[in-house]
Amino acid sequence: MTGSVTPVWFWPGMVLLALVAGYSVYRMASVQGSRWVGMATAALFGVWVVLFWEILVRALDVPRVLLPAPSLIIGSLGDHAPKLWGDFVQTVGKAVLIGWAMGCGAGFLVAVAIDRMPFLQRGLLPVASLTSAIPLVGVAPIAVMWFGFEWPSKAAVVVLMTFFPMLVSTLAGLQAAGKLERELMYSYAASYPRTLLALRLPAALPFIFGALKVNATLALIGAIVAEFFGSPTSGLGFRISTEAARMNMPLVWGAIVVAAVTGSVAYALLVALERRAAFWHPSVREG
Amino acid sequence: MATTKTFSQRIVHDYFPVVVVLLAVVLVWYGAAWGLNAQGAIERVLDEEAGYTQMELFEATMNMERPLMPAPHQVAADFYESLTEWPVDSPRNLIYHVIVTGQSTLLGFVMGTALGLLLSVLIVHSRTLDKALLPWIVASQTVPVLAIAPIVLVVLGSLGFSGTAPKAFIAMYLCFFPVTVAMVQGLRSPQKIETEMMHTYAASRWQSLWLLRLPAALPFLFPALRVGVAAGLVGAMVAELPTGAQAGLGARLLTGSYYGQTTQIWSALVMSALLGLALTGIVAGVERLVLRSRGGV
Repeated sequence: MTGSVTPVWFWPGMVLLALVAGYSVYRMASVQGSRWVGMATAALFGVWVVLFWEILVRALDVPRVLLPAPSLIIGSLGDHAPKLWGDFVQTVGKAVLIGWAMGCGAGFLVAVAIDRMPFLQRGLLPVASLTSAIPLVGVAPIAVMWFGFEWPSKAAVVVLMTFFPMLVSTLAGLQAAGKLERELMYSYAASYPRTLLALRLPAALPFIFGALKVNATLALIGAIVAEFFGSPTSGLGFRISTEAARMNMPLVWGAIVVAAVTGSVAYALLVALERRAAFWHPSVREG
Repeated sequence: MATTKTFSQRIVHDYFPVVVVLLAVVLVWYGAAWGLNAQGAIERVLDEEAGYTQMELFEATMNMERPLMPAPHQVAADFYESLTEWPVDSPRNLIYHVIVTGQSTLLGFVMGTALGLLLSVLIVHSRTLDKALLPWIVASQTVPVLAIAPIVLVVLGSLGFSGTAPKAFIAMYLCFFPVTVAMVQGLRSPQKIETEMMHTYAASRWQSLWLLRLPAALPFLFPALRVGVAAGLVGAMVAELPTGAQAGLGARLLTGSYYGQTTQIWSALVMSALLGLALTGIVAGVERLVLRSRGGV
Protein backbone atom coordinates (compact mmCIF):
# COMPACT_ATOMS: atom_id res chain seq x y z
CA MET A 1 0.00 0.00 0.00
CA THR A 2 2.89 2.32 -0.65
CA GLY A 3 2.40 5.35 -2.84
CA SER A 4 -0.17 8.05 -2.54
CA VAL A 5 -2.77 6.37 -4.76
CA THR A 6 -5.09 4.18 -2.76
CA PRO A 7 -7.06 1.43 -4.49
CA VAL A 8 -10.80 1.86 -4.89
CA TRP A 9 -11.61 -0.68 -2.25
CA PHE A 10 -9.47 1.04 0.39
CA TRP A 11 -12.06 3.29 2.02
CA PRO A 12 -14.90 0.76 1.96
CA GLY A 13 -12.40 -1.72 3.44
CA MET A 14 -11.47 0.71 6.17
CA VAL A 15 -15.13 1.31 7.04
CA LEU A 16 -15.66 -2.44 7.20
CA LEU A 17 -12.63 -2.86 9.44
CA ALA A 18 -13.84 -0.01 11.68
CA LEU A 19 -17.19 -1.77 12.02
CA VAL A 20 -15.45 -5.02 12.93
CA ALA A 21 -13.30 -3.14 15.46
CA GLY A 22 -16.27 -1.36 17.01
CA TYR A 23 -18.32 -4.54 17.20
CA SER A 24 -15.52 -6.57 18.77
CA VAL A 25 -14.91 -3.95 21.46
CA TYR A 26 -18.66 -3.69 22.03
CA ARG A 27 -19.03 -7.44 22.49
CA MET A 28 -15.99 -7.60 24.74
CA ALA A 29 -17.34 -4.78 26.90
CA SER A 30 -20.65 -6.54 27.45
CA VAL A 31 -18.93 -9.61 28.88
CA GLN A 32 -19.53 -9.76 32.61
CA GLY A 33 -16.44 -10.68 34.48
CA SER A 34 -13.56 -9.79 36.72
CA ARG A 35 -11.19 -6.90 36.39
CA TRP A 36 -9.12 -8.87 33.89
CA VAL A 37 -11.94 -8.80 31.36
CA GLY A 38 -12.09 -5.03 31.77
CA MET A 39 -8.37 -4.74 31.19
CA ALA A 40 -8.61 -6.99 28.15
CA THR A 41 -11.33 -4.74 26.72
CA ALA A 42 -9.16 -1.67 27.15
CA ALA A 43 -6.20 -3.52 25.66
CA LEU A 44 -8.25 -4.59 22.64
CA PHE A 45 -9.32 -0.99 22.09
CA GLY A 46 -5.68 0.10 22.29
CA VAL A 47 -4.58 -2.54 19.77
CA TRP A 48 -7.23 -1.39 17.29
CA VAL A 49 -6.17 2.25 17.70
CA VAL A 50 -2.53 1.41 17.01
CA LEU A 51 -3.53 -0.74 14.02
CA PHE A 52 -5.61 2.06 12.47
CA TRP A 53 -2.78 4.52 13.17
CA GLU A 54 -0.34 2.27 11.30
CA ILE A 55 -2.63 1.65 8.33
CA LEU A 56 -3.74 5.25 7.90
CA VAL A 57 -0.28 6.74 8.27
CA ARG A 58 1.10 4.34 5.65
CA ALA A 59 -1.81 4.51 3.24
CA LEU A 60 -2.10 8.27 3.28
CA ASP A 61 1.67 8.82 3.21
CA VAL A 62 1.61 11.09 6.23
CA PRO A 63 5.04 12.70 6.49
CA ARG A 64 6.93 11.14 9.35
CA VAL A 65 7.60 14.57 10.80
CA LEU A 66 3.89 14.89 11.42
CA LEU A 67 3.16 11.45 12.74
CA PRO A 68 5.49 8.48 12.41
CA ALA A 69 3.93 5.05 12.09
CA PRO A 70 3.97 2.89 15.25
CA SER A 71 6.31 0.40 13.53
CA LEU A 72 8.84 3.19 12.93
CA ILE A 73 8.62 4.22 16.58
CA ILE A 74 9.18 0.66 17.74
CA GLY A 75 12.07 0.36 15.31
CA SER A 76 13.66 3.51 16.68
CA LEU A 77 13.15 2.20 20.21
CA GLY A 78 15.20 -0.83 19.19
CA ASP A 79 17.86 1.11 17.28
CA HIS A 80 18.47 3.64 20.01
CA ALA A 81 17.95 1.39 23.01
CA PRO A 82 21.31 2.18 24.68
CA LYS A 83 20.79 5.91 24.21
CA LEU A 84 17.27 5.79 25.62
CA TRP A 85 18.44 3.61 28.49
CA GLY A 86 20.98 6.31 29.35
CA ASP A 87 18.25 8.93 29.23
CA PHE A 88 16.07 6.78 31.44
CA VAL A 89 18.81 6.37 34.04
CA GLN A 90 19.60 10.08 33.95
CA THR A 91 16.04 11.36 34.25
CA VAL A 92 14.10 8.67 36.06
CA GLY A 93 16.82 6.84 37.97
CA LYS A 94 18.34 9.98 39.43
CA ALA A 95 16.21 13.12 39.25
CA VAL A 96 12.72 11.65 39.49
CA LEU A 97 13.30 8.90 42.04
CA ILE A 98 15.43 10.94 44.40
CA GLY A 99 13.33 14.08 44.04
CA TRP A 100 10.07 12.19 44.49
CA ALA A 101 11.30 10.33 47.57
CA MET A 102 12.69 13.50 49.14
CA GLY A 103 9.67 15.65 48.31
CA CYS A 104 7.12 13.10 49.51
CA GLY A 105 9.15 12.27 52.60
CA ALA A 106 9.58 15.91 53.57
CA GLY A 107 5.90 16.65 52.94
CA PHE A 108 4.87 13.71 55.10
CA LEU A 109 7.21 14.57 57.98
CA VAL A 110 6.24 18.25 58.00
CA ALA A 111 2.56 17.30 57.94
CA VAL A 112 2.96 14.99 60.94
CA ALA A 113 4.99 17.67 62.72
CA ILE A 114 2.47 20.47 62.26
CA ASP A 115 -0.50 18.20 62.87
CA ARG A 116 -0.20 18.99 66.56
CA MET A 117 0.00 22.74 66.06
CA PRO A 118 -3.40 24.16 65.16
CA PHE A 119 -1.95 27.64 64.68
CA LEU A 120 0.53 26.48 62.05
CA GLN A 121 -2.12 24.35 60.41
CA ARG A 122 -4.49 27.27 60.06
CA GLY A 123 -1.68 29.38 58.69
CA LEU A 124 0.20 26.90 56.55
CA LEU A 125 -2.64 24.90 55.03
CA PRO A 126 -4.21 27.78 53.04
CA VAL A 127 -0.76 28.85 51.83
CA ALA A 128 0.15 25.28 50.89
CA SER A 129 -3.08 24.69 48.99
CA LEU A 130 -2.59 27.98 47.15
CA THR A 131 0.63 26.60 45.73
CA SER A 132 -1.42 24.13 43.67
CA ALA A 133 -2.46 27.09 41.51
CA ILE A 134 1.13 28.22 41.01
CA PRO A 135 3.07 26.82 38.05
CA LEU A 136 5.96 25.50 40.14
CA VAL A 137 7.83 24.11 37.12
CA GLY A 138 8.71 27.75 36.52
CA VAL A 139 11.42 27.51 39.17
CA ALA A 140 13.43 25.29 36.81
CA PRO A 141 15.70 28.11 35.53
CA ILE A 142 16.47 29.13 39.11
CA ALA A 143 17.20 25.54 40.08
CA VAL A 144 19.60 25.27 37.16
CA MET A 145 21.30 28.46 38.32
CA TRP A 146 21.72 27.16 41.87
CA PHE A 147 22.38 23.46 41.42
CA GLY A 148 23.96 23.32 37.99
CA PHE A 149 23.02 21.46 34.82
CA GLU A 150 23.24 17.95 36.26
CA TRP A 151 20.45 15.97 37.86
CA PRO A 152 20.42 17.71 41.28
CA SER A 153 18.76 20.79 39.77
CA LYS A 154 16.02 18.58 38.29
CA ALA A 155 15.60 16.75 41.59
CA ALA A 156 15.24 20.11 43.34
CA VAL A 157 12.35 21.09 41.05
CA VAL A 158 10.76 17.69 41.69
CA VAL A 159 11.14 18.10 45.46
CA LEU A 160 9.40 21.45 45.36
CA MET A 161 6.59 20.18 43.12
CA THR A 162 5.88 17.04 45.16
CA PHE A 163 6.25 18.56 48.62
CA PHE A 164 3.02 20.57 48.78
CA PRO A 165 0.57 17.96 47.46
CA MET A 166 1.98 15.48 49.98
CA LEU A 167 1.73 18.00 52.82
CA VAL A 168 -1.87 18.91 52.05
CA SER A 169 -2.99 15.30 51.54
CA THR A 170 -1.29 13.96 54.65
CA LEU A 171 -2.81 16.70 56.78
CA ALA A 172 -6.25 16.00 55.35
CA GLY A 173 -5.69 12.28 55.88
CA LEU A 174 -4.70 12.72 59.50
CA GLN A 175 -8.05 14.44 60.05
CA ALA A 176 -9.85 11.50 58.46
CA ALA A 177 -10.03 9.29 61.55
CA GLY A 178 -13.53 9.57 62.99
CA LYS A 179 -14.29 11.34 66.22
CA LEU A 180 -15.64 8.15 67.73
CA GLU A 181 -12.41 6.24 67.10
CA ARG A 182 -10.29 9.07 68.45
CA GLU A 183 -12.34 9.22 71.62
CA LEU A 184 -12.01 5.50 71.97
CA MET A 185 -8.22 5.83 71.81
CA TYR A 186 -8.45 8.64 74.34
CA SER A 187 -10.50 6.49 76.70
CA TYR A 188 -7.82 3.79 76.38
CA ALA A 189 -5.38 6.46 77.60
CA ALA A 190 -3.39 5.92 74.40
CA SER A 191 -0.43 8.22 74.00
CA TYR A 192 -0.14 10.56 71.02
CA PRO A 193 2.42 8.42 69.13
CA ARG A 194 0.32 5.32 69.72
CA THR A 195 -2.84 6.99 68.44
CA LEU A 196 -0.87 8.22 65.48
CA LEU A 197 0.52 4.78 64.63
CA ALA A 198 -2.51 2.65 65.41
CA LEU A 199 -5.33 4.85 64.25
CA ARG A 200 -4.55 8.02 62.41
CA LEU A 201 -1.80 6.98 60.01
CA PRO A 202 -3.73 3.92 58.83
CA ALA A 203 -6.78 6.12 58.34
CA ALA A 204 -4.63 8.55 56.37
CA LEU A 205 -3.24 5.87 54.05
CA PRO A 206 -5.70 6.37 51.16
CA PHE A 207 -4.92 10.10 51.16
CA ILE A 208 -1.19 9.45 51.29
CA PHE A 209 -1.35 6.97 48.43
CA GLY A 210 -3.45 9.44 46.46
CA ALA A 211 -0.68 12.01 46.82
CA LEU A 212 2.02 9.46 46.02
CA LYS A 213 0.26 8.59 42.76
CA VAL A 214 -0.33 12.20 41.73
CA ASN A 215 3.25 13.03 42.65
CA ALA A 216 4.66 10.21 40.52
CA THR A 217 3.28 11.92 37.41
CA LEU A 218 4.19 15.40 38.65
CA ALA A 219 7.75 14.29 39.33
CA LEU A 220 8.15 12.94 35.80
CA ILE A 221 6.72 16.13 34.28
CA GLY A 222 8.88 18.32 36.51
CA ALA A 223 12.10 16.54 35.64
CA ILE A 224 11.39 16.50 31.89
CA VAL A 225 10.38 20.15 31.75
CA ALA A 226 13.34 21.17 33.89
CA GLU A 227 15.61 19.60 31.26
CA PHE A 228 14.25 22.05 28.69
CA PHE A 229 16.01 24.79 30.67
CA GLY A 230 19.45 23.36 30.23
CA SER A 231 20.70 19.86 30.87
CA PRO A 232 23.64 17.54 30.39
CA THR A 233 23.75 15.57 27.14
CA SER A 234 21.31 12.90 28.23
CA GLY A 235 17.88 12.72 29.76
CA LEU A 236 14.40 12.21 28.37
CA GLY A 237 13.60 15.93 28.28
CA PHE A 238 16.92 16.68 26.59
CA ARG A 239 16.30 13.93 24.02
CA ILE A 240 12.80 15.18 23.26
CA SER A 241 13.80 18.80 22.80
CA THR A 242 16.96 18.17 20.75
CA GLU A 243 15.52 15.45 18.52
CA ALA A 244 12.35 17.49 17.93
CA ALA A 245 14.57 20.35 16.78
CA ARG A 246 16.29 17.92 14.36
CA MET A 247 12.91 16.62 13.17
CA ASN A 248 13.86 13.07 14.17
CA MET A 249 10.31 12.30 15.20
CA PRO A 250 10.50 8.51 15.59
CA LEU A 251 13.14 8.93 18.29
CA VAL A 252 11.13 11.71 19.97
CA TRP A 253 8.15 9.40 20.10
CA GLY A 254 10.42 6.66 21.35
CA ALA A 255 11.46 8.86 24.28
CA ILE A 256 7.80 9.61 24.93
CA VAL A 257 6.97 5.91 24.93
CA VAL A 258 9.72 5.37 27.51
CA ALA A 259 8.28 8.16 29.66
CA ALA A 260 4.74 6.89 29.25
CA VAL A 261 5.62 3.32 30.14
CA THR A 262 7.59 4.56 33.15
CA GLY A 263 4.65 6.63 34.35
CA SER A 264 2.18 3.80 33.89
CA VAL A 265 4.40 1.23 35.59
CA ALA A 266 5.01 3.56 38.53
CA TYR A 267 1.29 4.15 38.84
CA ALA A 268 0.49 0.45 38.66
CA LEU A 269 3.14 -0.36 41.28
CA LEU A 270 1.69 2.23 43.65
CA VAL A 271 -1.83 0.90 43.11
CA ALA A 272 -0.62 -2.63 43.86
CA LEU A 273 1.14 -1.37 46.99
CA GLU A 274 -2.00 0.46 48.04
CA ARG A 275 -4.06 -2.68 47.66
CA ARG A 276 -1.74 -4.45 50.06
CA ALA A 277 -1.40 -1.61 52.55
CA ALA A 278 -4.94 -0.24 52.64
CA PHE A 279 -6.88 -3.37 51.75
CA TRP A 280 -9.56 -2.59 54.30
CA HIS A 281 -10.56 0.76 52.86
CA PRO A 282 -13.89 0.94 50.96
CA SER A 283 -12.30 2.68 47.96
CA VAL A 284 -9.93 -0.26 47.55
CA ARG A 285 -12.37 -3.01 48.41
CA GLU A 286 -14.93 -1.92 45.83
CA GLY A 287 -12.38 -1.35 43.12
CA MET B 1 -18.03 26.59 62.74
CA ALA B 2 -21.06 25.85 64.86
CA THR B 3 -20.37 28.67 67.29
CA THR B 4 -21.05 32.09 65.89
CA LYS B 5 -18.14 34.47 66.10
CA THR B 6 -17.96 38.15 65.70
CA PHE B 7 -16.40 39.49 62.55
CA SER B 8 -13.18 40.54 64.25
CA GLN B 9 -12.83 37.18 65.98
CA ARG B 10 -13.20 35.43 62.67
CA ILE B 11 -10.52 37.62 61.10
CA VAL B 12 -8.13 36.79 63.93
CA HIS B 13 -8.95 33.09 63.79
CA ASP B 14 -8.81 32.64 60.04
CA TYR B 15 -6.36 35.20 58.75
CA PHE B 16 -3.88 35.94 61.52
CA PRO B 17 -2.07 32.58 61.17
CA VAL B 18 -1.89 33.02 57.40
CA VAL B 19 -0.39 36.46 57.78
CA VAL B 20 2.17 35.16 60.27
CA VAL B 21 3.16 32.35 57.93
CA LEU B 22 3.50 34.74 55.00
CA LEU B 23 5.64 37.10 57.08
CA ALA B 24 7.82 34.17 58.04
CA VAL B 25 8.20 33.30 54.35
CA VAL B 26 9.38 36.84 53.59
CA LEU B 27 11.81 36.75 56.50
CA VAL B 28 13.23 33.41 55.39
CA TRP B 29 13.51 34.82 51.88
CA TYR B 30 15.55 37.78 53.16
CA GLY B 31 17.70 35.40 55.16
CA ALA B 32 18.25 33.20 52.14
CA ALA B 33 19.13 36.19 49.98
CA TRP B 34 21.69 37.24 52.57
CA GLY B 35 23.21 33.79 52.87
CA LEU B 36 23.25 32.93 49.16
CA ASN B 37 24.54 36.28 47.98
CA ALA B 38 27.21 36.75 50.63
CA GLN B 39 29.91 34.94 48.66
CA GLY B 40 29.24 36.89 45.50
CA ALA B 41 29.00 40.18 47.34
CA ILE B 42 32.36 39.65 49.01
CA GLU B 43 33.96 38.83 45.68
CA ARG B 44 32.37 41.43 43.51
CA VAL B 45 31.20 44.40 45.54
CA LEU B 46 33.20 44.65 48.74
CA ASP B 47 36.87 45.32 49.05
CA GLU B 48 38.19 42.32 50.89
CA GLU B 49 41.57 43.79 51.78
CA ALA B 50 40.19 46.98 53.23
CA GLY B 51 37.78 44.93 55.32
CA TYR B 52 34.09 45.45 55.76
CA THR B 53 31.56 45.43 58.52
CA GLN B 54 28.70 42.92 58.73
CA MET B 55 26.33 45.80 58.08
CA GLU B 56 28.03 46.64 54.80
CA LEU B 57 27.95 43.00 53.80
CA PHE B 58 24.24 42.82 54.53
CA GLU B 59 23.52 45.94 52.53
CA ALA B 60 25.57 44.66 49.61
CA THR B 61 23.73 41.32 49.51
CA MET B 62 20.42 43.11 49.43
CA ASN B 63 21.19 45.27 46.42
CA MET B 64 23.30 43.19 44.08
CA GLU B 65 23.22 43.64 40.34
CA ARG B 66 22.82 39.96 39.38
CA PRO B 67 22.19 38.21 42.67
CA LEU B 68 21.99 34.46 43.08
CA MET B 69 18.78 35.22 44.91
CA PRO B 70 17.21 38.65 44.65
CA ALA B 71 15.77 40.11 47.84
CA PRO B 72 11.99 40.58 47.97
CA HIS B 73 12.19 44.35 47.61
CA GLN B 74 14.33 43.99 44.48
CA VAL B 75 11.73 41.73 42.90
CA ALA B 76 8.98 44.10 43.95
CA ALA B 77 10.86 47.03 42.42
CA ASP B 78 11.45 45.19 39.15
CA PHE B 79 7.83 44.10 39.10
CA TYR B 80 6.56 47.63 39.70
CA GLU B 81 8.95 49.09 37.16
CA SER B 82 7.85 46.70 34.43
CA LEU B 83 4.22 47.57 35.06
CA THR B 84 4.60 51.34 35.14
CA GLU B 85 7.57 52.31 33.02
CA TRP B 86 6.69 50.49 29.84
CA PRO B 87 3.53 50.60 27.72
CA VAL B 88 1.25 47.59 27.98
CA ASP B 89 2.11 46.39 24.46
CA SER B 90 5.84 46.38 25.13
CA PRO B 91 7.54 43.01 25.70
CA ARG B 92 9.20 44.52 28.73
CA ASN B 93 5.88 44.90 30.46
CA LEU B 94 4.74 41.82 32.36
CA ILE B 95 1.08 42.56 31.63
CA TYR B 96 1.82 41.92 27.96
CA HIS B 97 3.09 38.43 28.77
CA VAL B 98 0.19 37.78 31.11
CA ILE B 99 -2.25 38.57 28.31
CA VAL B 100 -0.47 36.24 25.89
CA THR B 101 -0.31 33.34 28.36
CA GLY B 102 -3.75 34.04 29.78
CA GLN B 103 -5.32 33.90 26.32
CA SER B 104 -3.99 30.47 25.48
CA THR B 105 -4.78 29.22 29.00
CA LEU B 106 -8.38 30.38 28.86
CA LEU B 107 -8.97 29.15 25.31
CA GLY B 108 -7.49 25.76 26.24
CA PHE B 109 -9.49 25.69 29.45
CA VAL B 110 -12.78 26.29 27.63
CA MET B 111 -11.98 23.68 24.98
CA GLY B 112 -10.75 21.19 27.58
CA THR B 113 -13.84 21.64 29.75
CA ALA B 114 -16.11 21.16 26.74
CA LEU B 115 -14.23 18.02 25.69
CA GLY B 116 -14.27 16.70 29.25
CA LEU B 117 -18.01 17.25 29.61
CA LEU B 118 -18.72 15.59 26.27
CA LEU B 119 -16.53 12.58 27.05
CA SER B 120 -18.00 12.13 30.52
CA VAL B 121 -21.57 12.18 29.22
CA LEU B 122 -20.66 9.63 26.53
CA ILE B 123 -18.84 7.42 29.02
CA VAL B 124 -21.68 7.45 31.50
CA HIS B 125 -24.17 6.42 28.83
CA SER B 126 -22.09 3.83 27.02
CA ARG B 127 -20.82 0.73 28.69
CA THR B 128 -18.47 0.11 25.79
CA LEU B 129 -16.78 3.49 26.09
CA ASP B 130 -16.65 3.12 29.86
CA LYS B 131 -14.74 -0.11 29.58
CA ALA B 132 -12.64 0.65 26.52
CA LEU B 133 -11.91 4.38 26.70
CA LEU B 134 -11.84 5.35 30.38
CA PRO B 135 -8.77 3.23 31.24
CA TRP B 136 -6.87 4.92 28.42
CA ILE B 137 -7.91 8.37 29.61
CA VAL B 138 -6.55 7.51 33.04
CA ALA B 139 -3.39 6.06 31.50
CA SER B 140 -2.93 9.17 29.37
CA GLN B 141 -2.25 11.12 32.53
CA THR B 142 0.56 8.88 33.68
CA VAL B 143 2.21 9.97 30.44
CA PRO B 144 4.07 13.16 31.12
CA VAL B 145 1.79 15.15 28.87
CA LEU B 146 4.14 18.07 28.69
CA ALA B 147 6.67 15.86 27.00
CA ILE B 148 4.36 15.86 24.00
CA ALA B 149 4.26 19.64 23.89
CA PRO B 150 7.18 20.10 21.47
CA ILE B 151 5.74 17.53 19.08
CA VAL B 152 2.27 19.00 19.12
CA LEU B 153 3.80 22.37 18.38
CA VAL B 154 5.81 21.01 15.45
CA VAL B 155 2.82 19.11 14.08
CA LEU B 156 0.39 22.00 14.37
CA GLY B 157 3.00 24.42 13.10
CA SER B 158 3.48 22.42 9.91
CA LEU B 159 -0.29 22.32 9.44
CA GLY B 160 -0.24 26.09 9.45
CA PHE B 161 -1.37 26.71 12.99
CA SER B 162 0.74 29.02 15.06
CA GLY B 163 0.31 31.57 17.79
CA THR B 164 -2.35 30.88 20.39
CA ALA B 165 -3.93 27.71 18.94
CA PRO B 166 -1.12 25.17 19.52
CA LYS B 167 -0.52 26.40 23.05
CA ALA B 168 -4.23 26.31 23.78
CA PHE B 169 -4.26 22.75 22.48
CA ILE B 170 -1.72 21.69 25.09
CA ALA B 171 -3.59 23.56 27.81
CA MET B 172 -6.70 21.71 26.64
CA TYR B 173 -4.99 18.33 26.93
CA LEU B 174 -4.16 19.10 30.55
CA CYS B 175 -7.60 20.50 31.37
CA PHE B 176 -9.85 17.79 30.00
CA PHE B 177 -8.66 14.99 32.25
CA PRO B 178 -9.73 16.27 35.68
CA VAL B 179 -13.05 17.38 34.22
CA THR B 180 -13.73 14.00 32.59
CA VAL B 181 -12.88 11.93 35.64
CA ALA B 182 -14.75 14.14 38.11
CA MET B 183 -17.80 14.37 35.87
CA VAL B 184 -17.98 10.62 35.34
CA GLN B 185 -18.00 10.29 39.11
CA GLY B 186 -20.44 13.17 39.52
CA LEU B 187 -22.89 12.01 36.86
CA ARG B 188 -22.99 8.65 38.60
CA SER B 189 -23.48 10.17 42.03
CA PRO B 190 -27.32 10.26 42.08
CA GLN B 191 -28.59 7.45 44.19
CA LYS B 192 -30.35 4.49 42.70
CA ILE B 193 -33.67 5.51 44.18
CA GLU B 194 -33.44 8.84 42.38
CA THR B 195 -32.65 7.37 38.99
CA GLU B 196 -35.46 4.89 39.47
CA MET B 197 -37.85 7.69 40.22
CA MET B 198 -36.90 9.39 36.96
CA HIS B 199 -37.57 6.06 35.33
CA THR B 200 -41.07 5.83 36.82
CA TYR B 201 -41.75 9.35 35.56
CA ALA B 202 -40.91 7.96 32.11
CA ALA B 203 -38.20 10.59 31.81
CA SER B 204 -36.04 10.35 28.73
CA ARG B 205 -32.28 9.97 28.96
CA TRP B 206 -31.94 13.65 28.16
CA GLN B 207 -34.34 14.66 30.87
CA SER B 208 -32.69 12.60 33.54
CA LEU B 209 -29.31 13.88 32.40
CA TRP B 210 -30.40 17.49 32.46
CA LEU B 211 -32.66 17.45 35.52
CA LEU B 212 -30.96 14.91 37.75
CA ARG B 213 -27.42 13.95 36.76
CA LEU B 214 -25.98 17.34 35.81
CA PRO B 215 -27.17 19.16 38.95
CA ALA B 216 -25.89 16.29 41.07
CA ALA B 217 -22.50 16.51 39.34
CA LEU B 218 -21.97 20.23 39.96
CA PRO B 219 -20.16 19.81 43.31
CA PHE B 220 -17.77 17.42 41.54
CA LEU B 221 -17.31 19.69 38.55
CA PHE B 222 -16.03 22.84 40.21
CA PRO B 223 -13.07 21.42 42.15
CA ALA B 224 -12.06 19.74 38.89
CA LEU B 225 -12.31 23.06 37.08
CA ARG B 226 -10.01 24.67 39.65
CA VAL B 227 -7.45 21.92 39.14
CA GLY B 228 -7.96 22.10 35.39
CA VAL B 229 -7.36 25.82 35.05
CA ALA B 230 -4.16 25.59 37.10
CA ALA B 231 -2.96 22.66 35.00
CA GLY B 232 -3.87 24.56 31.85
CA LEU B 233 -1.69 27.46 32.93
CA VAL B 234 1.27 25.13 33.41
CA GLY B 235 0.59 23.66 29.97
CA ALA B 236 0.40 27.06 28.31
CA MET B 237 3.63 28.19 29.95
CA VAL B 238 5.54 25.04 29.07
CA ALA B 239 4.23 25.19 25.51
CA GLU B 240 6.00 28.53 25.17
CA LEU B 241 9.39 27.01 25.94
CA PRO B 242 10.36 24.91 22.92
CA THR B 243 9.04 27.19 20.19
CA GLY B 244 11.39 29.99 20.98
CA ALA B 245 8.31 32.12 21.48
CA GLN B 246 9.02 35.73 22.26
CA ALA B 247 5.90 36.40 24.27
CA GLY B 248 4.32 34.83 27.31
CA LEU B 249 5.39 34.14 30.86
CA GLY B 250 7.13 30.90 29.92
CA ALA B 251 9.14 32.66 27.23
CA ARG B 252 9.97 35.40 29.71
CA LEU B 253 11.34 32.79 32.12
CA LEU B 254 13.43 31.26 29.35
CA THR B 255 14.93 34.55 28.15
CA GLY B 256 15.62 35.48 31.76
CA SER B 257 17.50 32.22 32.22
CA TYR B 258 19.46 32.71 28.95
CA TYR B 259 20.69 36.13 29.95
CA GLY B 260 21.11 35.42 33.65
CA GLN B 261 18.59 38.08 34.59
CA THR B 262 17.71 36.66 37.99
CA THR B 263 15.41 39.43 39.06
CA GLN B 264 13.49 39.15 35.81
CA ILE B 265 13.00 35.40 36.35
CA TRP B 266 11.71 36.00 39.84
CA SER B 267 9.26 38.70 38.87
CA ALA B 268 7.99 36.52 36.01
CA LEU B 269 7.55 33.72 38.57
CA VAL B 270 5.65 36.01 40.92
CA MET B 271 3.51 37.13 38.01
CA SER B 272 2.71 33.55 36.97
CA ALA B 273 1.80 32.76 40.58
CA LEU B 274 -0.54 35.74 40.65
CA LEU B 275 -2.07 34.70 37.32
CA GLY B 276 -2.62 31.16 38.63
CA LEU B 277 -4.23 32.45 41.79
CA ALA B 278 -6.42 34.87 39.84
CA LEU B 279 -7.63 32.15 37.46
CA THR B 280 -8.51 29.71 40.24
CA GLY B 281 -10.03 32.60 42.19
CA ILE B 282 -12.35 33.39 39.28
CA VAL B 283 -13.41 29.74 39.03
CA ALA B 284 -14.02 29.64 42.78
CA GLY B 285 -16.10 32.82 42.54
CA VAL B 286 -18.26 31.34 39.76
CA GLU B 287 -18.63 28.19 41.83
CA ARG B 288 -19.91 30.15 44.81
CA LEU B 289 -22.37 32.07 42.65
CA VAL B 290 -23.72 28.95 40.95
CA LEU B 291 -24.04 26.89 44.10
CA ARG B 292 -25.68 29.77 45.94
CA SER B 293 -28.17 30.43 43.16
CA ARG B 294 -29.07 26.75 43.41
CA GLY B 295 -29.70 27.20 47.12
CA GLY B 296 -26.72 25.07 48.01
CA VAL B 297 -23.86 25.76 50.36
